[in-house]
Amino acid sequence: MSEQDLTARLIDLAAKRFKKSAESLKSDDDFFQALGIDSMQAMELLTEIEEHFEVEVPDYELQGVTTFAGLAEVVKRRVP
Amino acid sequence: MIDATHYSSLGEMLRDAFVQFKTNTALVELDRKRENARLTYLDVKHAANAVATRLQAAGIGAGDRVAIVMTNQSRYLIGAYAAFHCGAIVVPIDYKLTAKEREALLAHAKPKAVLIEYPLFRQQETFPPALVIVSEAPASADLGKAERWEALTPTATEPTFVARLREDPATIVYSSGTGGRPKGCILPHSAYLSQYTALTELFPMQSGDRYFSILPTNHAIDFMCGFIGPFGGGATVVHQRTLRPEFIFDTLKAERITHMALVPMILTAFERAIREKLAALPPYKKQLIEALMNVNEALTRKKPQRMISRTLLKPIHEAFGGELRMLFCGGAFVDRERAEFFYKLGIPVVIGYGLTEACTVATVNDLRPFRGDSVGKPVRGMEVRVENADASGVGEVVLRGPTLMTDYLDDAELTAETIRDDGFLKTGDLGWMDAANHLHLVGRAKNMIVTDGGKNIYPEDIEGAFADVACDELAVFAANYIWKKRELTGEQLLAVMRVAKNDDSEKKMAGALKDLRERNLRLPDFKRVSGVLMWDDAFPRTASMKLKREELALELSKKATAASVSPL
Repeated sequence: MSEQDLTARLIDLAAKRFKKSAESLKSDDDFFQALGIDSMQAMELLTEIEEHFEVEVPDYELQGVTTFAGLAEVVKRRVP
Repeated sequence: MIDATHYSSLGEMLRDAFVQFKTNTALVELDRKRENARLTYLDVKHAANAVATRLQAAGIGAGDRVAIVMTNQSRYLIGAYAAFHCGAIVVPIDYKLTAKEREALLAHAKPKAVLIEYPLFRQQETFPPALVIVSEAPASADLGKAERWEALTPTATEPTFVARLREDPATIVYSSGTGGRPKGCILPHSAYLSQYTALTELFPMQSGDRYFSILPTNHAIDFMCGFIGPFGGGATVVHQRTLRPEFIFDTLKAERITHMALVPMILTAFERAIREKLAALPPYKKQLIEALMNVNEALTRKKPQRMISRTLLKPIHEAFGGELRMLFCGGAFVDRERAEFFYKLGIPVVIGYGLTEACTVATVNDLRPFRGDSVGKPVRGMEVRVENADASGVGEVVLRGPTLMTDYLDDAELTAETIRDDGFLKTGDLGWMDAANHLHLVGRAKNMIVTDGGKNIYPEDIEGAFADVACDELAVFAANYIWKKRELTGEQLLAVMRVAKNDDSEKKMAGALKDLRERNLRLPDFKRVSGVLMWDDAFPRTASMKLKREELALELSKKATAASVSPL
């Protein structure tokens, strides 16, 4: 899967989880700000992502990641 | 429970705990669905012997510093005890900081040994000249001069125990690590021993109790509630290598957790989870639970009644594992309604107030009865005064007692600004005392904010991130420091920027604003400024060009309003 497709899938998942429209979210958006969530909610989102892609991402890999594109990069390392 | 008044040092007290509680389970470490470790007090002692032996072979002894850079896990406490055993000072470094920030704190602390986890080790480029022991490195990893934790062999042979006096430093804890001026609080053994005695008097921890450690262990709250407190009582400390909410709930159940310490952000997440569950119930069930919450509240008005609450609100308590007795909450402002919501469910939230400079807590609620509106009463031995109070009784909170730090490491100037000659520590927090001797916090006198996650953010430390923005002057402030507010919610940072007026100043200003925005987004969420105030006058400065912050804040408060801030 290309990084672009992956980012789009992540945006879809986030939009669904936090009831936003996927069109309003861009890959370079800061997801804390765009979704209006705190870091505990970001963890919940990550769990959904893990379940969706059947991967396991350790908590520390999320440190410093704030954009959907950044998130895609982390997940990409684990998705075949 | 061990009586700490007879001991001179934490090392001495913990060493006795290992003997007294040797067959009790001391540490459980979980990682998602796996269990990494389940260690008795004796196992912990043997593991610590291996580390202490290595530290002593490297010449580490009385007064030397041992830094720990780890997430919450069993080796954190094993390493900390090993350092105490050698007479060393433990320097906990916040693992959530960036690699650069950790490097800066390590350079400041000058430790002789660093105990660090591999993922954190890998991120760092520099280390102080010290023995570096890396935990959990893959077999193929090249560690350079660093050594492997796994190569140390647990042993029943105890290395030499190095005695310390009560007034000797036990730890150096950084109260802010966000860059800028490092504030390393030197806390003596007496501070911890006194705090332990005062807290266990109110909330004893003993054999069979199970504490779930999820706040970072470098944080004062977890170091006391998740290490010294439970170890002094022979209780079990449970660590989990992930903070995903669903695994937290799994562990609460699987390990039948009895105690937990939180910051408001996690309490919010818990409340959200409960409310989502309640919302999914059919209306009649929801009404029933709400009615039972009211009954529970009426029955527990004077003091918590565990068995009544558990019977009445069984499904809720089961979601929390069924054995949860209380949640300690501190580190930042706790919303009264949120605390009351949990009490209605029969889970008391113990609200306290403290600061790293005062070891753990200065005031705490004793649950006799529960109160969600205050930060509690002074703990035994702590003098709390409200000074220069205004007509409504609000003034600056100052503290004096046996748990205060002695100094900021290598910063006599900052120490003198913080601790007065009469021994009182200026907290910079504004509050008032009520007739029942409960402290209420209402604001801050200092230029600082505290996040929901319990992080202290000093605005001047953030300025470095904007150093290259092409403007003429820039400063960062806590908005409430400029326009004083009598509440602790929604604390925000604000950038003040000056672009000198000339022909192309408009273009320059637009460029600077764009740059500021971009740099702001690159910062972690808790460090971001929320708005910018454009300012025309040159900033007041000393002869050496140092910014006079107080003066500028005063000027801003007089000539501008919060409404003139543009959101970023």
